[in-house]
Amino acid sequence: MALSQLASSSPSRSVNLLKPLLSAISLHRPISTDTTPITVETSVPFTAHQCEAPSRTVQTNAQELLNFFRDMAVMRRMEIAADSLYKAKLIRGFCHLYDGQEAVAVGMEAALTKKDCIITSYRDHCTFVGRDGTLLEVFAELMGRQAGCSKGKGGSMHFYKKDSNFYGGHGIVGAQVPLGCGLAFAQKYCKDEAVTFALYGDGAANQGQLFEALNISALWNLPAILVCENNHYGMGTAEWRAAKSPAYYKRGDYAPGLKVDGMDALAVKQACAFAKEHALKNGPIILEMDTYRYHGHSMSDPGSTYRTRDEITGVRQERDPIERIRKLILLHDLATEKELKDIEKEVRKEVDDAIAQAKENPVPEPSKLFSDVYAKGLGVESFGADRKEVRATLA
Amino acid sequence: MALRNILGKRFGVGLAGRRPLSTATCDVESGNAKAINLYSAINQALLIALETDPRAFVFGEDVSFGGVFRCTTGLADRFGKARVFNTPLCEQGIVGFGIGLAAMGNRAIAEIQFADYIYPAFDQIVNEASKFRYRSGNQFNCGGLTIRAPYGAVGHGGHYHSQSPEAFFCHVPGIKVVIPRSPRQAKGLLLSCIRDPNPVVFFEPKWLYRLAVEEVPEHDYMLPLSEAEVIRQGSDITLVGWGAQLSIMEQACIEAERDGIFCELIDLKTLIPWDKETVEASVRKTGRVLISHEAPVTGGFGAEISASIVERCFLRLEAPVARVCGLDTPFPLVFEPFYMPTKNKILDAIKATVNY
Repeated sequence: MALSQLASSSPSRSVNLLKPLLSAISLHRPISTDTTPITVETSVPFTAHQCEAPSRTVQTNAQELLNFFRDMAVMRRMEIAADSLYKAKLIRGFCHLYDGQEAVAVGMEAALTKKDCIITSYRDHCTFVGRDGTLLEVFAELMGRQAGCSKGKGGSMHFYKKDSNFYGGHGIVGAQVPLGCGLAFAQKYCKDEAVTFALYGDGAANQGQLFEALNISALWNLPAILVCENNHYGMGTAEWRAAKSPAYYKRGDYAPGLKVDGMDALAVKQACAFAKEHALKNGPIILEMDTYRYHGHSMSDPGSTYRTRDEITGVRQERDPIERIRKLILLHDLATEKELKDIEKEVRKEVDDAIAQAKENPVPEPSKLFSDVYAKGLGVESFGADRKEVRATLA
Repeated sequence: MALRNILGKRFGVGLAGRRPLSTATCDVESGNAKAINLYSAINQALLIALETDPRAFVFGEDVSFGGVFRCTTGLADRFGKARVFNTPLCEQGIVGFGIGLAAMGNRAIAEIQFADYIYPAFDQIVNEASKFRYRSGNQFNCGGLTIRAPYGAVGHGGHYHSQSPEAFFCHVPGIKVVIPRSPRQAKGLLLSCIRDPNPVVFFEPKWLYRLAVEEVPEHDYMLPLSEAEVIRQGSDITLVGWGAQLSIMEQACIEAERDGIFCELIDLKTLIPWDKETVEASVRKTGRVLISHEAPVTGGFGAEISASIVERCFLRLEAPVARVCGLDTPFPLVFEPFYMPTKNKILDAIKATVNY
């Protein structure tokens, strides 16, 4: 305890004198809750369209960085575990993994409150966790069990969390963006100083409905932030083969935009905070997150037929979001390597426990097939195939 | 060619061949035939279409490398990127673009990656494609347009990779809706659709892409549209279906026969305009009819068939028209086995109808 106080009170951040002492004693330091500001520069400056880019200098602190690390480790571990579960056929149907893109989810959360709404596509596991979704809810939903966030009826593509204003989880590409703008309209109407982040991918960026939604949002000055998670491949199609202009942050034309390094959680945080402030005053803004997914589009896609393995390993080595935060933490001596590894071990155990629990959970009751088609009490009857035996009231 | 021979893998049953009465008029039998699966048959049809008409084009999401179901394998290499090309992710754009291309006299073969994604293009199909000839007083038309989309359950598709949207399109005068049941049918029907001077929506049963294997002639042949086919003769009850569902229905027919009920099975093939005469003639023979499809029962195409048959054969009917279809819920994920119109449900309904 005393040693950690010493470490954090040192203004120059240089505790080299104490390092050998610390490692020799190898005391277990608790995760730092230190909120003394640390100033970091983002990896690259922001590129702006029709607005003035925010500064590259980001304020953070030990607590935030360690939380970033932990949260991203959870997300990463969760996605890798989902990969194994899918191959073991415990998860069926479709499964779109987010590993590599974690910085977008955690950075965004750091700039928002749970009053702000987030709506996204089918690559939603980590975004859900960012909105305080639990690992049990994730794995149970993936495996189609009752304890899942959508009661086992949605599956991988349809995670929702009402109490954190997470509006899901959508299968049809681009369909969530007009919805997001509708959420923003309601927020403006209610005057609750909250915004909506509508996420979509580079593939969805070519959908007409996006431009319709953007036009409406700009016309009515809605607090909508359109976030393009540009991982450069729409399924197997590279962005330059699908888009005349892959500068997605500029495609709003009259709407301002910002291009952000999506692998840098701090840059994401800065951009989202900037966007929130902008949207509340001036209407919609587009954020393009330059990010990358390590897995293929879904579990049926090896991910290597349209891009080289060298490219994937290259990004992993140069730009991995977790490694970036790890280096930052070590550089500022906020934790030791061993402590970080311990966190990762803890996370692994947490994930394994959640999976074990989810496996025990039962599948939904067959009668649930008919529930929630309509609002309860409408009394609409559904007949089974033979019109005689199976009769259910659609709820 | 009996369905039973095709689908051994799907049902693990060794099915004894029995030559059904076919009303197909084209020389399907002549020439060399090879056993291939559904996606290969589609591939062959597309290849022939591109070969025989220099103004034919194949386009859609990811078709260039072969497509997510391999239906367009090798076409881009053979015919070049100017005739076989990828589009961005925009269904409404794809179909609208296809209508324009067809209006200039080309054969536009558009692919919608999954039938579940066809809805953004619904306006283009209903309001533009189907009415073009009509509202221009026959000055213009987009008859060269064919839209292909994989439809139907696949075991784990869930809400957005399993839908059967044929009923929505059957409500639109001006287009044709065609659904093949097997590789040999698919090749002939697809070529007919491409060459038909009306816009056509062609739904391919995705579950059968690999599972269905059949002897398919290698040459260019077409099968007639708007002609239903009696694929199994019977005297007690008429069963009407299309696409992948026919194989399930045939299983039910075989089991019903063991109980002394002889079912006549009809493949509608073209849903609009559908062959009322063939179905009516069969119902006049048997006096009973059962329709089965994967799409939800309420408002499904079975409702149209039922109403038409009752109109035409009311006094001949011995029992109410039975419909064994998907339930009135969104296509579920974990509940798929309960939702589907299975062999047992059909068998049950056959018995109930015959014993009415």
